[in-house]
Amino acid sequence: MDHALSGNVAWVLVSAALVLFMTPGLAFFYGGMDRTRNVLNMLMMNFYCVLVIPVLWVVVGYSLSQVPFDNDLLGNLDAWMLRGVGIDDGGISLATIAYLGMFAAITPALISGAVADRMKFSAWAIFVPVWSLLVYVPVFKWVFGGWLGQRGSLDFAGGTAIHVNAGIAALAAVLVLGKRKGWPQEGHPPHSMPLVMIGTGILWFGWFGFNAGSALAANGLAAQAFMNTFLAAAAGGLAWVVVEWQRDGHPTNLGAASGIVAGLVAITPAAGYVAGASPIYIGLIAGVVCCYTVRLKTRFGFDDALDVVGVHFVGGLVGSLLVGFFADPGFFGSTFREGLLLGGGLGLLLEQALANGVAIIWSFALTYAIMRVLKATIGVRVDAEAEATGLDLALHGETAYHSGGLH
Amino acid sequence: MKLITAIIKPFKLDEVKSALRAAGVEGMTVSEVRGFGRQGGHTETYRGAEYQIDFVPKVKLEIVTDDDRVEALVDLLTDAARSGKIGDGKVWVTAVESLIRIRTGESGPDAV
Repeated sequence: MDHALSGNVAWVLVSAALVLFMTPGLAFFYGGMDRTRNVLNMLMMNFYCVLVIPVLWVVVGYSLSQVPFDNDLLGNLDAWMLRGVGIDDGGISLATIAYLGMFAAITPALISGAVADRMKFSAWAIFVPVWSLLVYVPVFKWVFGGWLGQRGSLDFAGGTAIHVNAGIAALAAVLVLGKRKGWPQEGHPPHSMPLVMIGTGILWFGWFGFNAGSALAANGLAAQAFMNTFLAAAAGGLAWVVVEWQRDGHPTNLGAASGIVAGLVAITPAAGYVAGASPIYIGLIAGVVCCYTVRLKTRFGFDDALDVVGVHFVGGLVGSLLVGFFADPGFFGSTFREGLLLGGGLGLLLEQALANGVAIIWSFALTYAIMRVLKATIGVRVDAEAEATGLDLALHGETAYHSGGLH
Repeated sequence: MKLITAIIKPFKLDEVKSALRAAGVEGMTVSEVRGFGRQGGHTETYRGAEYQIDFVPKVKLEIVTDDDRVEALVDLLTDAARSGKIGDGKVWVTAVESLIRIRTGESGPDAV
């Protein structure tokens, strides 16, 4: 086999494994922030995504979202159950399909952080595959190969297709689900900050696969995307910690973790399009902006439990729009549009705005509709007693911590 | 027989334990508890939102002893547990109606 090809296949396979690891990473990131009595429910909502989406992806998801690549609105079912996908090409197709499947799995998982502490698992179990087909697949298609991508908007690893998409869907979901009892007066601190930090480390590690792997090749593009990811995460964490140290009095682990994730989300659409100091600026801006926007939920009265909107939606949107400023085709020897600050005018920025606007409208409307249908049929909310005593026991018959010798 | 119960600051446990052992106390029970008195709690900040944590971690110590040793042990315990800062805790004494050593069946003062 050709050496370059085998290197590419190797890198894509490793990246796929890295992105898979991000779903458990996200599970712990959220789970540690959640309550002791609900941590297992949070873990289950996340792990469930890597149980159901891989199957859905290979049966219809991949075909509808990428076959053929340049269909404007939707693919077809030619590749259902991976028909026609062999290994004659050295495995690059199969590796890529597996890789993309990991993205499909983690995207609905992002929403779990918003609906924490009160959603029926049966409703979540239906929501995930339905949302995946009606929202994730179309938006993914439009951004990657479809009409939005064809118009020249840029999304390297899924800032729009994944983070803005899931982030605004989280808003729609919590508007239907309602606030937790006692919110916002009664709050609870994270039950395990060590779990949050473990999750953050796993997410950062996996994100190298999420971003650099999107080069779908082991080459210079992947290396720059890796470097961008490295810098934006650090800058985001630094920015958030500095802001909160100055504003609230203490530098916190949760602030560092949140800033890191905000930086990573923001660089996701930009990872293969920016260079030099741009990733640092993107990370810093995302860290500062998200540090302030997480407070909006209290101002506007929506109970986004673990700040999915404030970090993923806002971070993704900020990063995606900043591509319109910092995109540098010269560095990459490529022909994508130039950003505003590199002399490219407003063209790219406007396409970024349009692409995100379309994704926001579609995702919000469809997610709202799906939740309303679930609410009207099987119900989306647990009863008051389950909410008060805890979902781990009520929905899963499990307890997270049996402490001491009193098992 | 009397039961001495003390709520003390967790970091004082080693000092109190050593002092009691040196005075001949052969057994005690400790448990981790939470509570507040005049000390009040503390505030934690997460993503800019403040959480008032009312209950402070403390250690509860329980010792059963003979009536004639109570005063000396209470003094000893109080001295060892005192830091001088708010939240040092409290000690109280209650009567024990009956006491049995499980292994041997001894009862009363012989079981102390």
